[in-house]
Amino acid sequence: MSRSIALLICLVGGLTMLVSPFLPMATGWANDVTDWFNILAAMAFVLGGGSLLKVQLMRLSARGPGWGYSAVTLLAFAVTLWVGLGKVGVVADPSAPMVPWSGKPDDEGSAFWWIYLYVMTPITSTLFAVLAFYVASAAFRAFRAKNLEATLLLATAFVILLGRTFAGVVLTGWLPDWASGLRLENLAVTIMDVFNTAGNRAIIIGIALGVASTGIRLLLGLDRSYLGGDA
Amino acid sequence: MSGLDRRWIYLAMMLAVALPILWNGVTGKTFPESPTPPSQACFDAIEALPEGSRVLVSFDYDPASEGELAPMATSFMRHLMHKRLKPVVIALWPLGPTKAEETIASVIKTDFPDRVNGKDFVNLGFQTGNEGVLKVIGTDFRKQFPVDRSGTPVDRLPIMDGITKAGDFPLVITISAGYPGGKEWVQYVSSSNPGLVLLAGVTGVQASQVYSYYPGQLRGMLAAIKGAAEYEALVSAAIDGDRVTAPKYTEARRRMAPQLFGHLLLIALIVLGNAMYFAQKRCKAVAP
Repeated sequence: MSRSIALLICLVGGLTMLVSPFLPMATGWANDVTDWFNILAAMAFVLGGGSLLKVQLMRLSARGPGWGYSAVTLLAFAVTLWVGLGKVGVVADPSAPMVPWSGKPDDEGSAFWWIYLYVMTPITSTLFAVLAFYVASAAFRAFRAKNLEATLLLATAFVILLGRTFAGVVLTGWLPDWASGLRLENLAVTIMDVFNTAGNRAIIIGIALGVASTGIRLLLGLDRSYLGGDA
Repeated sequence: MSGLDRRWIYLAMMLAVALPILWNGVTGKTFPESPTPPSQACFDAIEALPEGSRVLVSFDYDPASEGELAPMATSFMRHLMHKRLKPVVIALWPLGPTKAEETIASVIKTDFPDRVNGKDFVNLGFQTGNEGVLKVIGTDFRKQFPVDRSGTPVDRLPIMDGITKAGDFPLVITISAGYPGGKEWVQYVSSSNPGLVLLAGVTGVQASQVYSYYPGQLRGMLAAIKGAAEYEALVSAAIDGDRVTAPKYTEARRRMAPQLFGHLLLIALIVLGNAMYFAQKRCKAVAP
């Protein structure tokens, strides 16, 4: 019974979204369906938090390898949740100066703002920046001209790497105007504009066809994998 | 050599990035930039708008991509303010509104203090739902963004007068680091509003995919820090002329020197790796 209801909701929701671009009267219905989706998405935040707690607590209690990381995760989760929900250090909004909680939790000066600025921002930026080191190491160890395709890929990479910097201008800026298409910065644009675009458009069209067929299978109840279990 | 400790490579990369940053800091010099067509198209699209036009700006990124995208956001905001256009800021990423507030504080509140919040610009904050949000604002903008970030109903904001759907904005700018971002704006907003002009500032990894929509559904795009530097140079030339540009408006161009030496190191490492590979292959071939 519960599976039938889920299938029915999927069918009604999907069909509503499908017909809304063609029927003006269905536009409001489609917006309502999107609202339901947003409510579900908001609930997924709670589920995600619960799942994180469960997994990390299990790791912590098992004292397996890396349990210290779980402790740090749980501590960070608890502190951030507490300062955010409790509006710790929030400055009152000028429109209601007598109400200490009237400000926003991420206003400048609040504990949540501090965590964001001095913990989250440096950590995420650092993690992203570390990629440069891994890419350099991988380029040295793995990028080999083993065959024609790999050689073409290497040559393209060189053009893009040089063309996207001032090196392109220095190396090929002397070329006369009639040969300007061969300047590295212009070659880089041509590669992106022609070869990259052609390949990507083919992929995008393929994906769109796949999404359409998967959507029809879901609406007709032929694909029930999203219900979980053996459905 | 094949057993080279990877820490030497890490050290080389650190020097390739750090030394140009120091050089920039000491000399204040940057490389000249000539705009590619997608960056020039961004500049032209904003220049073409009449004074007072409202522009929807979506901050779809977080601190991880700040290095590439924050300079774009700064340049876009400076250009909009200089042209006396009115940005309506939203975010599809949870940390987007904070990035927007930083940009507003650094550009509008510092250099354009006469502009009034709610009349000349506004930050409507984050809305969860990814492409669902875009689908709804295509027909009913206020349903997704009923209040601004400080809780004021949008009905009371002069900047929102007459705005009922995304298509009411003549120009939309998304500064995006991934999903949801440039691709979703094309699919759910640009495609259903043929008259709407969409510009995107995207990260390097996203650029190859988003490039597929240029120049049709996407009128212009800034691809990675190079695109940001090109657009920043255009905006600086238009606003500052021969005057010295404030350092916060040269961020993208200052990052081109570390990018240059980082790229040169990558090429050197690839060439070195391949030279070793072919030398080893030859040795194996001649060995009895």
